[in-house]
Parts: sequence; C-alpha cells; structure tokens
Amino acid sequence: MTVRMATPLIYGTIGETFTERAGVLNLGIEGMMLMGASVGFLVGYQSGSLWLGMGAAVLTGVLLGLIMAFLTVSVGAQQHVAGLGLTIACSGLSFYIYRVWVSDVGGVAPHMRPFTTIPIPYLSQIPILGDVLFNQYALVYIGLILVPISAFILFRTRFGLSLRAVGENPDAAATAGINVFQTRYVCLVVAGVLSAVGGAWLSLAEAGMFLPGLTQGRGWVCIALVVFANWSPMKVLAGAVLFGGIDALQLSLQGVGWNIPYQLFLMLPYVLTILVLIAVSRRARAPAALLLSYKRED
Amino acid sequence: MDAPQWVVEMKGIVKTFPGVLANDNITFQLRRGEIHALLGENGAGKTTLMNVLYGLYRPDKGEIRVNGKPVSFSSPHDAIALRIGMIHQHFMLVQAMDVLENIVLGLKSNKVVVDKVSAAKRISELSGTYGMKVDPHSYIWQLSVGEQQRVEILKAVYREAEILILDEPTAVLTPSETKDLFRILHKMKEEGKSIVYISHKLDEVMEISDRISVLRQGRAVSDIPKTETSKLELARMMVGRDVVFRLSKSSTKTGQPILEVSEVYALNDMKANALNKVSFLVREGEILGVAGVSGNGQRELADIIMGIRKVTSGRVTICGVDVTNDSPRARAELGVGFIPEDRVGVGLVMRLPILNNAIMKRYRDFSRGPLLDYHAASEYAARIIKEFDVKTPDMHYPTKTLSGGNLQKLILARELAMGPCLLVASQPTRGLDVGATEEIRSKLLEERSSGRGVLLISEDLDEILSLSDRIAVLFEGEIMGIVEAENARLEDIGMMMAGSKRMGA
Amino acid sequence: MEKRLLPSQRLSIAAPVVSTLVALLISAIPIYGGGVNPLIGYAELLHGALGDKLALTETFVMFAPLLLCGLSVALAFTCKFWNIGAEGQLYCGALFASFFAVYATSVPSFIAIPVMLVVGFLGGAGWAIIPAILKVKLKVDDVVTTLLGNWVMTYAVAAILFGPWKDPVTGWPESPVISSTTKFPILIPGSRFHLGIVLALLVAVAFYVIIRKTKLGFELLGIGGSQTASYPAGINVSRDFIFAAFLSGGIAGLAGVGQLAGILFHMTTDISPGFGYTGVVIAMVGGLSPIGVVLASLLMAIVVQGTQAMHRATGVPWALAETIQGIILLCLLVGVFFTKYRLRRGA
Repeated sequence: MTVRMATPLIYGTIGETFTERAGVLNLGIEGMMLMGASVGFLVGYQSGSLWLGMGAAVLTGVLLGLIMAFLTVSVGAQQHVAGLGLTIACSGLSFYIYRVWVSDVGGVAPHMRPFTTIPIPYLSQIPILGDVLFNQYALVYIGLILVPISAFILFRTRFGLSLRAVGENPDAAATAGINVFQTRYVCLVVAGVLSAVGGAWLSLAEAGMFLPGLTQGRGWVCIALVVFANWSPMKVLAGAVLFGGIDALQLSLQGVGWNIPYQLFLMLPYVLTILVLIAVSRRARAPAALLLSYKRED
Repeated sequence: MDAPQWVVEMKGIVKTFPGVLANDNITFQLRRGEIHALLGENGAGKTTLMNVLYGLYRPDKGEIRVNGKPVSFSSPHDAIALRIGMIHQHFMLVQAMDVLENIVLGLKSNKVVVDKVSAAKRISELSGTYGMKVDPHSYIWQLSVGEQQRVEILKAVYREAEILILDEPTAVLTPSETKDLFRILHKMKEEGKSIVYISHKLDEVMEISDRISVLRQGRAVSDIPKTETSKLELARMMVGRDVVFRLSKSSTKTGQPILEVSEVYALNDMKANALNKVSFLVREGEILGVAGVSGNGQRELADIIMGIRKVTSGRVTICGVDVTNDSPRARAELGVGFIPEDRVGVGLVMRLPILNNAIMKRYRDFSRGPLLDYHAASEYAARIIKEFDVKTPDMHYPTKTLSGGNLQKLILARELAMGPCLLVASQPTRGLDVGATEEIRSKLLEERSSGRGVLLISEDLDEILSLSDRIAVLFEGEIMGIVEAENARLEDIGMMMAGSKRMGA
Repeated sequence: MEKRLLPSQRLSIAAPVVSTLVALLISAIPIYGGGVNPLIGYAELLHGALGDKLALTETFVMFAPLLLCGLSVALAFTCKFWNIGAEGQLYCGALFASFFAVYATSVPSFIAIPVMLVVGFLGGAGWAIIPAILKVKLKVDDVVTTLLGNWVMTYAVAAILFGPWKDPVTGWPESPVISSTTKFPILIPGSRFHLGIVLALLVAVAFYVIIRKTKLGFELLGIGGSQTASYPAGINVSRDFIFAAFLSGGIAGLAGVGQLAGILFHMTTDISPGFGYTGVVIAMVGGLSPIGVVLASLLMAIVVQGTQAMHRATGVPWALAETIQGIILLCLLVGVFFTKYRLRRGA
C-alpha cells in the first residue's frame, strides 16, 4: 500500500524536479493535480473508460503547463504568485466543473470502478516483495520506471544538460545557443502532465470518485520532497516512498482505535515534512537560477 | 577592394537600448589571420558591437558579411555555425558542472546521449595543441580564473571557431597569466585564426595587436595599423581630449591609525581560506591602496572590515574600538563609509526611490521615536544629491533609473556626507567612464586631504599607483608586502601580485 | 517588446482594474458552462453584494476578515516573507481567543474584548514566527513551511474540537459558546455589521502608518528591495524579518478573532473558508499598498458575497468564487507585465 500512496508523489515530484532544475518553481502543482483528478474522473465516468479519463488528464496537464509557462517564462511574473494564483483558480474550477456535471447527472455522488492491478507473472509470486513491487497497477509501474528514466534524461542526455544549465546559469545557456524559454516551457508542460496524471490517479485508481480536498495538499508535499531529494530523481523515489509509508501508517493507525483524535495522525505527514525540510535545508544545493526570471535582451 | 580580403565586415551597424544609442552607424573590418584590437573606454560600445556579431543582439540597422557573404544571425547558434566564437568578460560558465559538460553544452548533434568519452579525448587533444592544460572532469568552481578562461577558449576552439572574439580578457589575469594568454593567441594566429581583442588597456593593445579600431561613445573613430600610431594618439582618440594620466597629489601629514587589521584569518563562501594572517593599518590622512588581481581575497577583506563576514581569528580595530565580528551597524555608528564592489547588489536597493537610498545610512537621525520624518529626510537627501552632482530629474524615481556613474555618485553622497573617519572603497571606478572616474578619484583625494583615512581596494593598478600613499599587495589571501608608493617599482608590485615575491612592510 | 524606463503611473492604476474586468470576462465562460447566462449571473452577483441594506452589510461582514488577511500578507510580502500561512495564523488566533472568550463570563466587556483581541493577536503572531525563525536561522523555505503549517494548524484545531473540547450539549465539533461579554456589538441594527469591521479598518490605517511613516516601514522596504544592501547599511535584517512575521501573523489572528466574536460565537473547524489564501490574492492585486489592499479586499468581498447570492439564485456552484479569485490574480500578473513593457512594432 505504501507504494500506491507514494505514486502520486512520485509523479508530482519528478515533474517538479524537472521544472526546478530548469529554474522555475511551480507552485501550481496542487492545482494541476486537482484539475487532473477532476477532469480525468469526469471524462472517465462519462465515457466509461478509465484510460480515456487518463488521456483527458494528460491534455489538461498540457494546457495548465502552458499557462504556467506563459506566466512565469513569457510574462516573467513572480513565480510564487503565479503558481499560487493557478492553484487557487484550479482548486475552485476543479470542484466547479465536477459540481456542474454532477448536478446534470443528478443525485448520488458517482463512483467508478477503479483500475485493477496487473500482476507480473512469476515475479509477483515472490513472497512479500513480489506482492509489493510486482502486483501493482499499471500506473504504479509507469511511475517506478519514470524515476530511472528521469535520472537518465537529466544527467546523461544533451537535453538534460541544457536543462540543468538553464537552471544554473541561463545567461551561459543562452550564449551557448540554448533556447531558455523553450526549455522551460517544455519542462512546465511535462510537469503539468505528470501532476495531472498524479491527480487523476487519485480519483480514478485510489478513490474511484472525486471530492474537494482529494489531494490533501499532496502537491505541496511534492514541493518539499524536491528539496528533500536534493533535486535528484533517484532520491525522489526514496522520499516518496518514505512519505507514502507515513501516509499508509497513518491510515492504519486510525483503525487501531486509540482514544486519540484521528486528526493528529492526519497531521503527521505535514509535520514530518517540515522537520525533514529543516534537517535538509542546510546542505541542500538548489539550482542557482531558481526563481530568477530570465529576460532575453534583444 | 573586395569581399574575400575581409573575413568579417560590419557596415553601418546601429543598435539602441532604452535610452541609449550603443552603436551609431559603425563600420568594422577584420582581415584574415590578424589580431585586431577594438579599443575604447567603458561604455563606448565595443561589447555591444561584438555581441551583434556573435548573434546575441540583433542590430536595428546595418549589414554583416562573413567571408564575403551577407549573414543575419538570430542566435549564437548561427554565429557558431559560421565558425565565430566569443569569450566574454564575464564567463558564461556553469559553476556546478564540470569542464567537459560546459564545453559540450549546446552543441548541435544527432545523438540524444552525451558521448563523454570521445569529448574528453578531443578536449585533451585541443588543450595540448594550444598549450592550455585543463582537466575535463574538474568542476568549474574548483578552477582558478585563468583556468576558467582557458575553458572558455576551449569552448570556442572545440566548435572549430576560425574567428575569435575576446572581451577584456586580461581584466582578471595576473601579469604572468596575461603572458600565457598572449602566447596562446599568437599560436592561434599562426594557425590562421582571426582574432578580435576588445580592451581599454593601451599597453596591451599596443603589444598584441596588428590593427586597432577605436570606438568612442558608440561611433567608430578610426581603424589603423599599430605601427602607424602611438599610445598618446590612441588615448586622444579614445577620449576625444588629452588625458591626464596622473592626478596631482598634495602631501599631507598622516595621523593616528584609524583602521588596524591584525592577523586576520577568514573564509570565503566555499569555506576555503580567503585571508591568511592579514595585518596592516591605515592612518588618518593617508590612502592605503590594496593591489591585486581580483579573486585573491579583496572581497573578503572588504567584507570583514565592514562586518558582513566573520573572521575566524584576528582583530579589526576602528578608531581604537575593537569591532571584530560586530554588526555593520556598529561600524556605521563609528563613522565608517563603505563603497562596495557590487554597486547594484550590495550598495543600493535598486527598486526603491533614490531618496530612500540617499538616507539609508542616516535615517535614524531623522526619526522621533518610531516615526520617520520624511520631510526632513528629503531636505537632507536633496542637499547631498546636489552636492555630489547625482543627475536625476526627481529623487522619488526608482534608483534603477540612474546611470552607472550616477549610481556610484549616489553611494558616495550617502557615505561621505556623514563625514566618516574611515572610508573603505572597493573597485570604486570599475565600469565607469573617464569623466566619472576622474570625479570619484578626486573625491577620494579630498577625503585624504581632510584628514580621513582611506582604504582603496582596486584591480586597476594605475589607480592604485596614482592615488595611494602606501601600497599593499594581496595574493591568495596574504599580504605579500607593503611599500611606499613613491619608491615602488612596478616590477616588484607585479611580482608580488603574481605571488613570486615578498617584501617587508 | 521593449522595457519601459519608468513603470507608467497611469497604467499601474489601470492594470488592476482592467485585469479584473478581463478576469470577469474570462469567468463568464464557466458560468455559461454551468448553464447560466453570464449577464444574469453577474447581475445576481452585484445584487447579492450591493443590492440592498442586507446585502451591503453582509458584504462588509465578509470584507473585514478579507481585509485583515490581505493586510497580513501585504505586510509580510513587503519584506519578502512569503507568508502563505495566513489561514493557519487565523485559526490559531481564533483558537487562543476562544480559550479566553469561552470562560470570560465574569469579565466586563470593556476589558474582555481588548484582552481577547490581544490574545488572538498573539496566537496568530506566535504561529507565524516559527516559519520566520526557520527561514532566518536555518534557511528553510518559507513558502513551504507556512503552507504546510496551515494543514498542521487546521488539523490541530479539528483534533481539539473533536476531542477534549467537543460541545457537550450538541455533540458537534465546536467549542461552547463564547461569553456574551466578548461578543462584538452590532453597529447597524437589523444586520450583522459588527465592531470587528471598524477594527479592521483601523488596522488598515495602522498598516499605512507603519509602512509610510515609521522607521520599521523604511527598513522593511529596504529588506524587501534587497537584503544584501540593507544589511551593510546597518539594518538588522533578522530582527526586522521576524518582527514583520510577528505582526503579520497577529493581524491574521485578528481576522480569526473577528470571525469568532463577530459572527460565529464559537470556535469551529471551518471558521474560515480560505480567507488566508484570498489574502494572498488581495495583497498582490492591491500592489502591497494600503489603499490598494483596502480596495482589493472590497472587490473580493463583493465577489465572494455575490457568488453566494448567485449560487442561491441560479444554482451556479459556489466553487466559482475561488475560481474567479484565481483568475483575477492571473490576469493581474499579465497586466503588471504591460506596465513594465511596451509592445514595439516591427523589428
């Protein structure tokens, strides 16, 4: 279960790692997740096809990524504020369109049969580990593969090299002939898609429904996870699993029936995130040009 | 007279920025296999012109031909494709990545993956050919400035550049590193490469170049072979009038020590040793010049005197008070004025009105309790702005509307108006035109005549020589020697700057 | 595209106005998508916010906490303390104020109300200085800590209200009713227009005085403009930063007190429908200036109050309010861009 809870974190954080490595702080991630969840669910529900819903989420992510890119890269707005504005707008919009659809359909909150697991033959027979790693949903597999692929892209390919240069010293990158704007646009679209998919995962695979606050602030946790992982995809996996684990722990503790209000458990992931941030901030090396908007002298 | 003779021809180039005409109808011609110097003061338009050639800027008007063919660049990619390479004054290197990654950055290729093995091989070959020793796998932040410059040159050479543009390359080099650079350039000339050498240093230009083009205030003033001109003539063309090379300095009586630095050790931002057992003192009525190539601890020295960096051991005493590791506020209260190296980042809050910056040091004097009397403060600000000749239509305008020279004058106004007993000036005339430079240098001498102590930290050796009473040389965080300016020999100072000599204080 | 030398004055005032209008235009799309004619929708919005005495007073009731949150965030943003945690600070302030208010039955009003205000202020302030100290001492990013802090605080409040402080009478997760001596008096009979609204305006005046007339304001402007330049000039950046956080959190805490003592009269788990986040929008739209924040708060109050009315009248989901806020902010960001740059023809 830990891995399942870690999955949206993996998607979101990898996306965020890319954008921050390119020098853009994407605070719109929470909003992108919500929109992905909402649109994905609605399309999936209406069409009866989960994958179609996923596809819709992907498109939503592209659109939101473009908007965020337009604001931070072309307009050069303050990145914090642009991201927050997008999240606020998406937060409202995601629930709005859901409500509009649900009032159309009428009555009971719609449910969907979520994705089913796809066990990998033989490997899933391995005791304990087999069930955890190889008896999972398709999207979890994709998420797990995403991590080493991202690391490869970032550190071994030309694109990754250009991307990192853009985040460290955009002037140097531009002089080398790299199109800073284009690189950042690409990163934000990718992040948009990944976040939206992460959100759609929650509504299509986990819950089988949509409700406000579905994401429980996971988008923000992703932002913290990027720092925790020191902007490195492989460490993102570790962080996501850690937090997924705490989340899972917290859910199971609720069932134990201690006489403690369950909200204290809900609090746990956030408190821990803050503590981790504190511990990590000393040695964290952020991309040097993070948050600085880049203006092209023409 | 036709195209093939010139490997680069720029005709009628015009380039404007908001409020500034940087290139005014300039014509520039580069012959194959020559070293052509582009000479001019700061702000004459040299870098802008070359940025146009390199594809970083697009000219408003004008024509560029490379090897006879007209070209139009939309980005450095196009220029690089035509074998043009540029080494900027401020290195365009990514500190966090290694040499190989920096060299390979942005190279067009069909492969998705970076082939590190063959790149490393090629880099080693090339660095051998030109006599530049560099390890492809060391990180940029580990390299010295001279080595970083070599990486920049390798970048261009790796891309098979035939035309090289160097922008003020010796600004950050020691005399011996400069010699190495010239050796490399000669080798390149032998290999048939054509070089544009941007500089404002007359001596170098006379030494290295074949032809010299002089720019003044955005216009091309002349294009002449070195053999047909002289330093004096070039200087006149650069400035438009006869330049006074030395300012007259009256002799003054020196008094008590105002600043005492004893056995100070300090670390830089990378937690490495920046200052090693530094000791010196500055007296009332004298200017102590700290000479040295930038990057040898000057910034850290200014920082510890101003209190924005802690010393790991040692003492800093100002006006007899031990202020080691106290806050900058303590310094201000003792009456210390500070002209920082980084005007825009450390000296001024650019976003705020000129008024705010003008009163930044003394705003507490205009307050009654928690309230700030902006009226009285404005009167004070207006007065000092006028007194120090800061040109601005309205002091409520944001500070970033001021030009470079006026920014520095604003800082001077703010610091000197409170009559400090000690003035620390770090690279005070860097990047300023001749007029502003003269104004600031005479202000420094005025402070000296009024009996103040001045610590002048500058990379400009001419400046140190003409203004200082005594000269200290800083190399790798150590004071190599302190000498009387009158008796100082240039060779001694040069050797101390390069770390090969020590002299008693 | 070329950069203007001096940001145009006229456009700086026009930008928020035009951006808002554009945003409302864009927002017409979801309204239409919801099956409602946008013109009718907006008409209901305006009517519901300004149409009659009841609407108007209700708009002001909404205005008070929005203004306070806007001021809180504006103060923080002035010195670049990215306080996204106004929501949590509001809750904390309300919580502490309610601890006092519920049991202050024997204290007369003229003492009880000021004490409650102070307690609420300190509650919010205390919560806010934690992320500020972390930023100053340990360089922990304040955006994330203030944001995550909101979740921690709201859960903490819920834990308390579901646990030890559950109302014994109703069984709901809410505190007992606060003492009548701490309730804000109603200033306009027949409405909910309460003392808190006037207090909010007073805080706005105080904000103006602090920023424009005091040493602290001068220093905060310096820190917000450039920390690296303020410190050598002798400004105590750490101290001012933390103090600004203290004030900012305190003001947000006052917003919580206002909700507690002016409208709800007991501590609940949803004492604020996101005022803290709207505060961020308000601060930006208002350009961090006192008058700007007041006007932006008024605008948001109209939007929030009006969309509630629109919802009741036309069935358009209430989530529209949040959507419109976000769109206004985004349009403003684009608008600000045009004050700094001028479109140039050709080349």
